[in-house]
Formats: sequence, structure tokens, C-alpha cells
Amino acid sequence: MNAFNRLLTSAAIGLAVAVTSAPAGFAETPANMLVIANRIDDITTLDPAESFEFAGSDVSRNVYQKLVNFDPNDLDAGYQPEVAESWDVSDDGKTITFTIRDGLTFHSGNPVTAADVEYSLRRAVILNKTPSFILTQFGFSAENVEQTIVADGNTVTIVTDQPYATSFVLNCLTATIGGIVDMKTVMANEVDGDMGNTWLKTNTAGSGAYKLVSWKPNDSVTLQSNPGYYRGAPAMERVIVRHVQESASQRLLLERGDIDIARNLNPEDVAGASSAEGIKVIDELKGRLMYASLNQKHPILSKPEVRQAFKYLVDYEGMQNSFLKGQYTIHQNFLPKTYLGASNEAPFTYDVAKAKELLAAAGVDGLEIEVGVREAQERIEIAQSLQNSLAQVGIKMNITVGTAKQILARYRSRELDVYLGAWGPDYPDPQTNAGTFAYNPDNSDAAQATGLLAWRNAWDTDGLTPLVDAAVTENDRDARIQMYKDIQAKFRETSPFVIMFQQIEQSAMRDNVTNFSTGQAITSASYWQVTK
Amino acid sequence: MALTEENREGRRRAPLAPWLKTTLMTVGSIAVTMLGLLFVTFVIGRVMPIDPVLAIVGERASQSTYQEVYEQLGLDKPLIVQFFYYLWDVIHGDFGMSLLNARPVSEDIARVFPATLELATLGVFAGIVLGVPLGVIAAVRRGSWIDQIARVVALVGYSMPIFWLGLMGLLVFYGILGWVGGPGRLDIFYVDIVPQRTGMILLDSALDGNWEVFRNAFSHIVLPASLLGYYSLAYISRMTRSFMLEQLSAEYITTARVKGMSERAVIWRHAFRNIRVQLITVIALSYANLLEGSVLTEIIFSWPGIGSYITTALLSADMNAVLGGTVVVGLIFILLNIFSDLLYKVFDPRSK
Repeated sequence: MNAFNRLLTSAAIGLAVAVTSAPAGFAETPANMLVIANRIDDITTLDPAESFEFAGSDVSRNVYQKLVNFDPNDLDAGYQPEVAESWDVSDDGKTITFTIRDGLTFHSGNPVTAADVEYSLRRAVILNKTPSFILTQFGFSAENVEQTIVADGNTVTIVTDQPYATSFVLNCLTATIGGIVDMKTVMANEVDGDMGNTWLKTNTAGSGAYKLVSWKPNDSVTLQSNPGYYRGAPAMERVIVRHVQESASQRLLLERGDIDIARNLNPEDVAGASSAEGIKVIDELKGRLMYASLNQKHPILSKPEVRQAFKYLVDYEGMQNSFLKGQYTIHQNFLPKTYLGASNEAPFTYDVAKAKELLAAAGVDGLEIEVGVREAQERIEIAQSLQNSLAQVGIKMNITVGTAKQILARYRSRELDVYLGAWGPDYPDPQTNAGTFAYNPDNSDAAQATGLLAWRNAWDTDGLTPLVDAAVTENDRDARIQMYKDIQAKFRETSPFVIMFQQIEQSAMRDNVTNFSTGQAITSASYWQVTK
Repeated sequence: MALTEENREGRRRAPLAPWLKTTLMTVGSIAVTMLGLLFVTFVIGRVMPIDPVLAIVGERASQSTYQEVYEQLGLDKPLIVQFFYYLWDVIHGDFGMSLLNARPVSEDIARVFPATLELATLGVFAGIVLGVPLGVIAAVRRGSWIDQIARVVALVGYSMPIFWLGLMGLLVFYGILGWVGGPGRLDIFYVDIVPQRTGMILLDSALDGNWEVFRNAFSHIVLPASLLGYYSLAYISRMTRSFMLEQLSAEYITTARVKGMSERAVIWRHAFRNIRVQLITVIALSYANLLEGSVLTEIIFSWPGIGSYITTALLSADMNAVLGGTVVVGLIFILLNIFSDLLYKVFDPRSK
């Protein structure tokens, strides 16, 4: 053996020895620890007054308590008391007085008081960050919070600008922005009058079931249980959410037992993992809707028969059972299933003959239009399916794929013929979607109501706007539900929105994990109730 | 007048010391290159069809909120003014705040770069240790079975998608055999145990004397490093073979053999010695490529390095982070070039 061969051989053996002497992976995670693989690169801030992304909301839901909140073990029950033990609504429906629960403490050891609640809500309004509209829509502003959000003893009173349905106000307070922060700790970290915003972006000051140990962007979030949590110490003493981008990597980690839950498996990996020993898969409906919308400035797309025809030209079943399998379910209403007032009505099926009839009635014979789609695989595939269906009735649809900036800029300036995309609710009340899909008080270009989907499509809502206004002030829960069902019935028939699918989230987990919920469509994941 | 003449004489008599001149020229060339890099990256960042304002305010924001943030970011100012503001901050070591995770970009880079440095160094080390001897043997035994194997190894290395190879590696060595650690830098039990000094876990655990953490970190890094090493090996071995073939066909080699010199001496002392300068270039390039961060490897192995950091920032329109990351990568290229130049002078007497 010459020198080269010896060198090569020893190098190869060295590498082999190094590899084989490494310890094998662990069989399972400790009984008091929950390890989750998730994509957490969307977290931009942990400040509840500012946080508005999915993974950030998961952290917030576990770290901060709110006046009222959802019970992960019974999400259908709606909001329940949390920091507020009880509440009273004034006769005129404009004032709600919350009585603060005794004995709650922040992670710092400071007691949770009415002053903290007052501070937290005022702060969210004054800071005026992206999600602040969830509170300011009730008439709160930086100028009036001292009169409209007031603590007195162990009560906090909020006064809205008009009588709203109590369920609407309280549902909004369950959103991330309703998180109660520790005033003393936050103000001790205030810089240049920022009300602790800079500090709270990367730190927490809550009273929830968990406290933050660390957030390493694009790497991990580590939470430690709060033994003083008022519902009792959580069974999972430590929760680690690891950023694992790739579905196949998540699946391998789950099958090896190095993680307990994998939240982003693609359909192939869900199918593979569910047949593996010791793994189960749970499905939960989420709030995201997939829809197409027709610009009502277009002379042909604005004809009622054409709007109807489009709803018969979607191969709902075909897409649901092929490339969207397990990820989306057919849904044709603007309120996601599990929302108050949601409707399961789905009258439209793929019916080319019916669409042809409608187009003939509208006098449409041949048409060329453009659809704008953001560069996401599932959206492009839906657009291609729609393109094929439309071709069968003589409509040529050109697909323009672009970045968010390119497509959204044109959508927001009412330039696209057709937009195909997704919409997720901002807070767990029907108004969140009713107020954008079916609400448009001023349809003029000058209104620049770019936040309203109805405005973006230049649709005057055919009389639905006042009905949406009425629904947010209806205090009788059943009557309110019926109002939303009626609005959606009319919306289905007349609107230029072709709502197609609602998202399903499939979480794969080890068999021994129980009670885990991602919060369905209305809230985020919570961990205090999880056991192993 | 006389005084001026004298001064001129004085200047002529005391020229700049050669080392000072070289240093000044090097620093000057770094400064000009960095300025060019900064400008090009900055301009590309501004004209790309991504919208940092939209990334911050979200698609539902009103026009007034959008405008407010647009002005806060200084995007309403002329491009050249924006560039000078940015340049001023960079000169003061401030890459700005990441728009998306609210931390200084310099802090982010200090966190992600050591992860890439550790991985790339091990990778290129494996590439050199295996690739150079393989290339030399392949050249010396041209056309033999070992040359054919080297060719196949290199061909597979060039052509196999890293994504597929990485996943297969994980499946076999982690999923089935359990020989190595899974995605991530450590098992969760070992995270944050050793104090962070360099950010490179192998080094930190060794400095701390915590060999359990070291072993665990090694079990996690060995697979991605081998994968990167394999790609380096493919490149380095082919280039080594080609350089060696050129030397082995030279007349001085024939002369050395005729003089009765041993084959070992001919190959190592004559042929190999003459390819060192070229090899340094190849290795430096290979190392620089790995230090840029192999995005796909980092994604598959959940490795929080600079490649996935820049990619995520780009997709999220976090231009401060993209610019900061690009500047660091550019600086690495420049520094490696300078280092290669220094090594040339050590190995090639003509450079002196």
C-alpha cells in the first residue's frame, strides 16, 4: 500500500469511526416536556399590542391572559371569564364593567390588577400598531382612552361609541391584542416614551400558563410553565417549539420520537406518518378561505349572471380530492366554519351547462380576462383549474403570477379583472369577515378603502352594508346568528366573490399526546391542557 | 523656493515603506470593493418587486398607515440619499434593525454566522482531506479503477440534487440506523447548557470541557458537514486531478524520473508542490461558497445559518437583514482572497 492509499484509507476509516461512534437518537421526549416542530419564521414581535402573525399568536396565547378567553377543551362554548371574573353591560349597551379576578399574579410576582388591565388596553390603542383597529373600531382613540377605558378599584369599565353586540366586543378582547401586560415591568423598560414596545418585542411580561425562556428567530421558542397559574400548574413543564422548515424533516423527527408534534406536514408526509406506529393525526378547521373575486368595474364581470356563472365553473370536488386533499375543504361562505353565524350551505357545484346558460342569458360570447395570483403553489394550481373550466365556456383567462407587492398593489388599486387568493380572519367574531367581504359604505375611487375587500372589487354590496352594521349592534345572540346567515345567503347569490375552500390544519403527533389543539379557526394553540 | 526644493528632495528621499504601501493598497481595494458591493446590493434591494412596507403593515392596512411607515423607513427620499444614510450607519457598525424580528441585524448575524462557519469549516476540511489525495491518486493512476471511481464519485457529487441527497442521508443514518443526530444543532436536552463564547457549539463545548455536549453536537453536524464535504470533495478532487495531470506531463517530471528519483518524491516534492498555488484558489473558492451558507442544506437540517437567514429575510422583504447578510458574505470573499494572496507568497517564490 503506498502513501496515497494509506492516507485515503485512514481518512475514510476516521470518518466512519466518527460517524458510527455518535450516539443514536433518543426514543422519546421526557414526560413533562412538549416538543413541537413548526414554522416559526413569521414571528416579528412578541408585543401583544403589535403581534399579528400565527406563530406569534401561539406564544402570546400561552404567555398572556385576557379579560375573556376561549377554553381549548371546549372551543364551541365561546368566550369564557379569565382575568375578568364577571361583567355587566349597561342598559344603553355602551358600557361594559369587568370585575377583575382576585389572586392572579404576573410572572414577575406582581399582582394582576384593574390598573394593569386599564394600562394594557389603553397602551394598545395609543401605540396604534397594525392590529389596533380591533379595539379602535369601538371608538377608542389615543385622545379619549382616559375617559373610555377606566379602572376603579377592582373593576375596569369600557365605554364604546355606540351600542355594539356584547359578543362582538368580547370576541375582540380574546384576540392577541387583548393580552394583559405587567404595567410595572413594562414601564420599567420604557425607552423614549415607547410604552415598552421595543422591549416587549423580544421579551414578555404576562401572567399566562407559560413564561418565555427564549425566542431565537428562525430557530426556537422555549416556554417554562408557570406553577402559579390560576387553573393549576400545567402538566407540560417545558414547551419547546422548534423551527423546522421542511416537512420531511418534521416527519423524521416525529417518527424517531425526537419531537411530540409536527405541525407542517404535507399531504404525502401526513399519509406516511399516519400509518407509522405510535403516531396519530388530528384535523382542525382553520380560518383561512380561498376565494376568487371579480372586479365590478369590468363591464362584463359586473353582470349578475356572469357572477353566478363563475360560481358554477369551479371544480370544487376535483380540487378538494386531488392537490388540495387533506389541506382544504369545500366552503362557499365568507364566515369560516366554527365561527358564530357560520353557514354550511354550499349550493354551487361544477356545472358547465348551467354556466353556459347563465352566460348566454347575459349575452356573453367570448371573453378575455386576467387573473392575478401570488406565487404560491396551491393558488397557482387553483388558478389553472379555473382557467381550464373557463375555457370550456369560451372565456380565456390569462394568469399573471407575481409577488405580494406586484399582485396586491394592483388588487388594492382595483386594477385586476380577477383576483385569486386567500383571506384569514383577524379576530374571532363574524364582523371580521362580514366587515370586509360585505361592507363598503363608499364605493368611490376617492374613498381609498383598500382594507375592504368589497371596495377592492368595486362592489357596492347590493344593500348588505347596512345589514352588516345592524348585525354588530344586535345583542341577542340567536338573532345575531340568524342575521349573519341571512347576509351570507344573499352574499352567496349576488356577490362577485367565489368562495371556494376553507383550510384544514393537520397535526401529526405521538399517540401519548392528548388534548392538543391548534385553536381551530377562532384562536391559537394553547399548551396548558396538554398531557402525555 | 529653496525651501520647496528641499521639501521635494526630502519627500523623494523618504518614500512610503513597502509594507505600508501594500497595506494601504489592500485597505483601499477592500474599501472600494465593499462600497461597490453595498451600492449594487442596495440598489437591487430597492428595485426588487418586494415591498418592505407591506411586510410590516400587512395587506389590510389603510393607505394612511402604509404611507406613515413608508415615510418612517425613509423610502420617500431619493435613492441616493437613502444610500448615504445607510452607508453612514454601516460605517458606524450599524446594519439597522431587522424589520421583521425587531433585533439589530448585527446581533442576528453574530448568531447565525457561527453556525455556518462551523458547518462550512468541517465541510471543507472533509473535502480537502479526502478530495486532494483522491485527485492526486486519480492523476497518478490515470485510467485505473481508482480513477474511474474518483470520476464517478465526482460526477455523482456534481449532479445529485443536494436536497435529495440530504433527505436520503437523514432517512438512512438518522431515521433508520439512528447513528447520527437529527435536524438541528443539538438534541433539546443539550440546548443552552454550555456558555456561548464563539457561537460554534463544538468549540464552545470543548472550551467548556463538556464532552457530552461536544459528542451530541458532533452527532448533529456530521451528516450536513459530510454532505457539504462531499460536494467540496467532488470539486477539489477533479481540479486536483486536472492540475496534477498537467504537471505530470511536464518535462521536468520526466527529468526527475530519469535522474532516478523515487516516484513518491516525484509526485510530492515536484508535481504536488507546483500545484499548491492553484489548489489554494480552488479551496478558497470552495470554502467561500460554503460560508455563503448552503440554503438547502440548512433547510433540510434545520440549521440556523446565514444562508437560510438571508433567504428568509429576502422572502419577507426584510431588506436591512438582506443587505447586512450580503455585506458579510462579500467581506468573507474579500478576506479569503487576501488570505489566498498571502498564501501564494508563502508557496510561490515568484510572488515575492
